[in-house]
Amino acid sequence: MLYFGEQELAAILLSLKVAIWATFLSLPFAVWVAFLLVRRRFWGREILNALVHLPLILPPVVTGYLLLMFFGRAGFAGQILNDYFGITIAFQWTGAVLAAAIMAFPLVVRAVRLSIEQINPDLEHAALTLGARPIAVFFTITLPMALPGIVVGAILGFAKALGEFGATITFVGNIPNQTQTIPSAIYGFLQMPGKDQGALTLVFVSIVISVTALLLSEWLARRVQRRMHGQ
Amino acid sequence: MTLSVSIRHQFSGFNLDIMFSAGSGVTALFGRSGAGKSTIAQAISGAFAPKEGHIALNEEVLFSSDQRVNRPAHRRGIGYVFQQDLLFPHFSVQGNLEYAQRYGRSGTGETNLSELLDILGINHLLHRRPVGLSGGERQRVAIARALLSNPSLLVMDEPLSALDDPRKAEILPYIERLRDHSKVPILYISHSVSEIARLADQVVTIDSGRVIKTGSATDVFADPNIVPQLGLQSAGALLTATIEKHEDDGLTKLQSASGPIYLPRLDAEIGQTVRVRVLAQDVMLSTVQPENISALNVIQGRVSAIKFGRGPGAIISVESAGNTILARVTRRSVQALDLEIGSSCFAIIKSVSVAPNQIGRG
Repeated sequence: MLYFGEQELAAILLSLKVAIWATFLSLPFAVWVAFLLVRRRFWGREILNALVHLPLILPPVVTGYLLLMFFGRAGFAGQILNDYFGITIAFQWTGAVLAAAIMAFPLVVRAVRLSIEQINPDLEHAALTLGARPIAVFFTITLPMALPGIVVGAILGFAKALGEFGATITFVGNIPNQTQTIPSAIYGFLQMPGKDQGALTLVFVSIVISVTALLLSEWLARRVQRRMHGQ
Repeated sequence: MTLSVSIRHQFSGFNLDIMFSAGSGVTALFGRSGAGKSTIAQAISGAFAPKEGHIALNEEVLFSSDQRVNRPAHRRGIGYVFQQDLLFPHFSVQGNLEYAQRYGRSGTGETNLSELLDILGINHLLHRRPVGLSGGERQRVAIARALLSNPSLLVMDEPLSALDDPRKAEILPYIERLRDHSKVPILYISHSVSEIARLADQVVTIDSGRVIKTGSATDVFADPNIVPQLGLQSAGALLTATIEKHEDDGLTKLQSASGPIYLPRLDAEIGQTVRVRVLAQDVMLSTVQPENISALNVIQGRVSAIKFGRGPGAIISVESAGNTILARVTRRSVQALDLEIGSSCFAIIKSVSVAPNQIGRG
């Protein structure tokens, strides 16, 4: 049977919060980076491309460790955040958001990139010749036309953020009610005898959330597509 | 309005080195595919920066390699109609037109919307989406959209090349009306001799990245030296004539400086000036006044130029009261008739050989 105890509920709510924040945090950057990678030719483009894909290639634990080195209390960025802003993110739920956002980033970029590549660049040039500035062209032509890909990217990012385990547990630990997300709770429950029911409950919830997200993205993408080619 | 263009750029295996200027009306940039026309259009509109060159519209420098000027596309004031239609699929036709009004320049020479919609015949399409339109309709909307941004110049890059022949025939009259009613000068880029013969006031002929002949459409088409570029099948001079009478037997009588011409019924009003492209291969020559022949049109003139080709053929230029007619005959006939420059001769044109699509409004 399913069992929703305090710890299970806390893990579910935290996971949703972390995944939603991570998605909205990475989405604008991902769209911008995808646009740069497809449309602009600049020095260091290949390096940027490699950097974006790094979290996809590195073992998640390594990414988590790098985050800890950089954003931990003794890390370069962590120290600045702590000394000047009084913010700590390692071993906090905000740290889980950062870890999830970084792990989701390459997936979102790839989805958005594919949809921008589908757009005929002459359409953007046509908008320029009508007098629209490049920034206006981006918001009125590129962005709306890439919307199906952006929706898909957001859902992919959300799913990835929801399932992120290695980097999260390395960076923020597995503290019940504080930094324990669904995957780390499942892992934790499996380590303790008699907690199988909690693990099973969370497995079930994960499946429900993921399938719902997938169906939602399909529906949204189809809606956007239909609106674009208006029937 | 004056557009002056000079561009030098090296591509792999191809050098572009051209210089021309264009005034008001329709200036056609003519050349075969691969002659460098689209690159020139892109350089003018700001999509491509050549290595060296100078492009100015009126007094404004748009591009200059010497002065290090390269004005971005959105600040050039050049309307651009592309080979394929590039309507924004996520806007309605009206949305596309409003886009141009919103971002385009305001002020001088404001284009009258309702008049433009009438000229291009797109009034009934305003609430449709681009995806539901025919190719010809889309291209007409694209032209309207380009004009609504109030450009100082409209560049049309092979606007009909993606359309089939019936669609081309459908859209050409709209472009002719546009030419006659809009004050915006047009740079019309095409490899189609018939489109240029119908539309152009001035013609700049380009071959392998170089300008080989510039002049009025009548002069360029009357030049026997340009025949290789036009193609033997397409070469033919333009004859200017006025519609005089639609006759009962299905013919239309036209009056030209060289005498009357009879053509199959033309869909044009009496008094209207038209220009007729008479294909060189449809013209027969005689040194005496022909009698008892079926051809209705006989024009008297003098040989003004003879150009022998590599094969058995020759192109003869016949001058008649300010008009020029080109005739494609054999070298053997030239010898048999003893034709030389100054010889008096008669050009014979069968009425039925002139197809309606070779006739444009003058």
